[in-house]
Amino acid sequence: MKTTGEPAKGLLTRRGLMLLGLQFGVIGVLGWRIHNLQIVQNREFRMLAEENRINIRLLPPARGLVQDRNGRLLAGNRQNYRVVMVAEQVSDPEATLDLLGTLIDIPPDRREKVLRDVKARSAFVPVVVAENLSWDEIALISANAPVMPGILPEVGLSRYYPEGYATSHLVGYVGPVSERDLAKIEDPDPLLQIPRFQIGKTGVEQRLETDLRGRAGTQQIEVSAAGRVMRELSRSEGIPGDDVRLTIDQGIQDFAMRRMIGESAAATVIDVRTGDIVAMASSPGFNPNSFVFGISSREWKGLLDDEYRPLSNKTVSGAYPPGSTFKMVVALAALEAGVMRPNETVHCSGFTQLGRRRFHCWKRGGHGSVDLKNSLAHSCDAYYYEMARRVGADNISAMAKKLGLGIAHDLPLPAITEGLMPDRQWKVDNRKEAWTVGDSFNYGIGQGFTLASPLQLSIMAARIATGMKVMPRLVHTVGDNPPEVPEMAPLDINPAHLAAVRGGMYAVSNVPGGTGFRMRIFDDAMQMAGKTGTSQVRIITAAERAAGVTSNAQLPWNRRDHALFVAFAPYDVPRYAIAQIVEHGGGGSTAAAPIARDVLMRALYGEEPPLSAYPPEQRSQIEEQRIEQLAKYQEAVAAAGVADVPA
Amino acid sequence: MSQVDRQYLVPRGPSKIFALNFPLTVLIVAVASAGFLMLFSVAGGQIDRWAWPQLIRFGVGLAAMIVIAMVPIRFWRIVSPSAYLGALGLLVLVEIMGTVGMGAQRWIDLGFILLQPSEVMKIALVMVLAAYYHVLSPEKVSRPLWVILPLILILVPVALVLKQPDLGTALLLMMGGGAVMFLAGVSLWYFGTAIVSGAGLVYAVLKSQGTSWQLIKDYQFRRIFTFLDPSADPLGAGYHITQAKIAMGSGGFAGRGYMQGTQTRLNFLPEKHTDFIFTTLAEEFGFVGSMTVLGLYTLIIVFCMVSAMSNRDRFGSLLTGGITVTFFLFFAINMGMVMGLMPVVGVPLPLVSYGGSAMLVLLAAFGLVQSAHVHRPRQTG
Repeated sequence: MKTTGEPAKGLLTRRGLMLLGLQFGVIGVLGWRIHNLQIVQNREFRMLAEENRINIRLLPPARGLVQDRNGRLLAGNRQNYRVVMVAEQVSDPEATLDLLGTLIDIPPDRREKVLRDVKARSAFVPVVVAENLSWDEIALISANAPVMPGILPEVGLSRYYPEGYATSHLVGYVGPVSERDLAKIEDPDPLLQIPRFQIGKTGVEQRLETDLRGRAGTQQIEVSAAGRVMRELSRSEGIPGDDVRLTIDQGIQDFAMRRMIGESAAATVIDVRTGDIVAMASSPGFNPNSFVFGISSREWKGLLDDEYRPLSNKTVSGAYPPGSTFKMVVALAALEAGVMRPNETVHCSGFTQLGRRRFHCWKRGGHGSVDLKNSLAHSCDAYYYEMARRVGADNISAMAKKLGLGIAHDLPLPAITEGLMPDRQWKVDNRKEAWTVGDSFNYGIGQGFTLASPLQLSIMAARIATGMKVMPRLVHTVGDNPPEVPEMAPLDINPAHLAAVRGGMYAVSNVPGGTGFRMRIFDDAMQMAGKTGTSQVRIITAAERAAGVTSNAQLPWNRRDHALFVAFAPYDVPRYAIAQIVEHGGGGSTAAAPIARDVLMRALYGEEPPLSAYPPEQRSQIEEQRIEQLAKYQEAVAAAGVADVPA
Repeated sequence: MSQVDRQYLVPRGPSKIFALNFPLTVLIVAVASAGFLMLFSVAGGQIDRWAWPQLIRFGVGLAAMIVIAMVPIRFWRIVSPSAYLGALGLLVLVEIMGTVGMGAQRWIDLGFILLQPSEVMKIALVMVLAAYYHVLSPEKVSRPLWVILPLILILVPVALVLKQPDLGTALLLMMGGGAVMFLAGVSLWYFGTAIVSGAGLVYAVLKSQGTSWQLIKDYQFRRIFTFLDPSADPLGAGYHITQAKIAMGSGGFAGRGYMQGTQTRLNFLPEKHTDFIFTTLAEEFGFVGSMTVLGLYTLIIVFCMVSAMSNRDRFGSLLTGGITVTFFLFFAINMGMVMGLMPVVGVPLPLVSYGGSAMLVLLAAFGLVQSAHVHRPRQTG
């Protein structure tokens, strides 16, 4: 190891001391600076810290619009005048609210909530007293502002649904972010932390939330000692959310809602060429605007207690026994399995004997000798007992799934049901019993365990009409992205078999004696092919039969049969397919088919269907019915509360 | 001194651990503890956000320090040139494939840590210069030829760091290297010349703004001008300094109280867990707290400089001195920056700011200081 001599050592110590002195000098400056800032200028900086804070706030972006396929507004943003109270500027909140109560209406529960919030939050946080005020009310409050310190009028953007009633189930609604929402989201957007920020709660608003929301902007503001905003220093606007166009045609949607007024019913109309859902109507609707500012408990209870279930989207959430509308599935299963030929006949004597059980056809006297076409046209049950027996449950289940039944389709909506298309294994797994021939009989006429939603039935109709694997879709475009071109594969079904079934459906609606003949379209270019269905909710008991109850009309509403109708049109070049259900409506031909025909025609003609398209003897009645229904519809929409837009 | 004497005087084996500079070790732990407290506070009372990872890294670093201290200082002298070349290689490597972060290419991702080669270079440069002057006979240190070589050793990494671009580190390297040359006894005339030409360079840099040969980045210009007049742009680049001063100033004598700093809580402060952590400390613990930390730093400097001056091994002495000055520059620049005495250049507060690379390198450097102390030649008197 090398150690240096004394001279160098001395130099090192000298230089070391010089360096140490230099460092002490700098440390001295630092100490002096600390003293200066923290002791000498303390008062000044303390004041700056208290009185002149510069803060950054998030600016909520404008939420994307929801439009129908033609650009008609379904969900938009509008200016919302509201009044807030800043607690620190109010000496007596109760007295101030009393005073304000003389100018605008403050319901008691609202008043209590305001007083609670005032106590719970920091004194400088504005608490919303009333929202959605009219311009007159705001003017009145502004004029009286001097006597009510701490009461401030504000303007913000809020969501509104101009077509609220008709699209309530589809578009859904927004509401304030709840703790539960926050818990569900993995990486929360800082926007969600803004008090009263609104996000989609259901429907498209919820499922396309990330597209619609947009990105936050920022605002630099100077805040006072109390944290109140003094002035804005700079602002960068956020990025507005993407506009969403649905495949819905609001004209058809609104017409369907009007046509179903007074009923608990649902209809789905699909453009068979693309899978676009042009109408998806569930009656009755509700007013989504009520939810934007928090729904009153009375209105909420009313919606929950209504036995017509206005909050439920029956088109996708309702699972019903498809009844006779299921017969096409059974026929196709039998044809494809090779156990039946289209011109083969089956004898119907009014019932089929199975051991000691007797399975009735709806026509007591029987249909006699029936082939495929007539079995559909007259909806002969015995024919389908025989087909079901021949082809078996597993083949029926497979065919049903091929046609879009028994599958939960992916649409941006909540609570989409899968329905139920059982096979033999299903019963073993779920009922711990073996599948019986009786089960197959019930399957054959769409009863028993079988369940399907109107959406699924409309897809079934569309697939039968085209022979293609039509996939439903509800979103046309998001933002500036071009609409997707649907890719459709042909169904793996013999075209001749499909044509035979379509022929049967044609006979239903166009051949005298067909169950839907009365509800035909009286226009050769628009001829419809359909199928009626009446599904039993329950079996009329022997006791009831003994008591004289033989028909639906004599039963209480909620025990009557569901009425169903599926159809597509025009027959030769299919364009639209529809599935219609009227809950507890009675017969499919009388309750469901008339509505389905009207809605289908509205889609086909692109306007209110011309009277000339109805059989001549029905025209005057149709005209009367229209006037009556329009009045009832306007009344219902008004009762559901259209958005009371301030001028 | 004979071979036998040294063997007798320099501790060997496990007993070496008792020869560590214990006051220095205690001071290091004390400063780091202040850091943990503040990291816990700026995280709003969350321990696992910053404080806990920092604590783990400090533990690892402290262990590394002791291991390095146990290795004979002769070994460190011998590896010094290789350490320098290695660090230089890493600097070139970030130039080629470094991760781009915060607008500057500074890091190499080693998987478990983001290594900042410029940190390593700060120590390696001091090491190689100390080794150089250890070998060079004292009569030659001021001869121009023997001055040019260390200058090259300094300026090559400085040029690489400037290219990243990292002005703060470049200055640190120059001043750290300069300190070793100063301690080695290089004539004061050279330093006078360097200061004059440095001033000239600053002038040239300022002149270069807006021209095609602009020498530093726009944001660095903005920081310099903002430093000169922070009130001109209270919400732009001057925001940091203004808010930092308000935070410190509002702390007063006794401070706002632990975890009570409003400026920090309300997010007025930028990078509050890294470069600006001193302002939070000053806001929450006031004048008392700031002066205590400054006092602890001063004590570290004093202990190290005394160790440097009393060490008769030239390498150990110069190494300790150089590392001490580097450490000093770290906290002096950081404090000066957050108190508005110099431009914001992005230097962390040593041992306190959140960050793994800087912490580990610093503790390794203190390991070298400790090694020089443990293995210093003893005189039998």
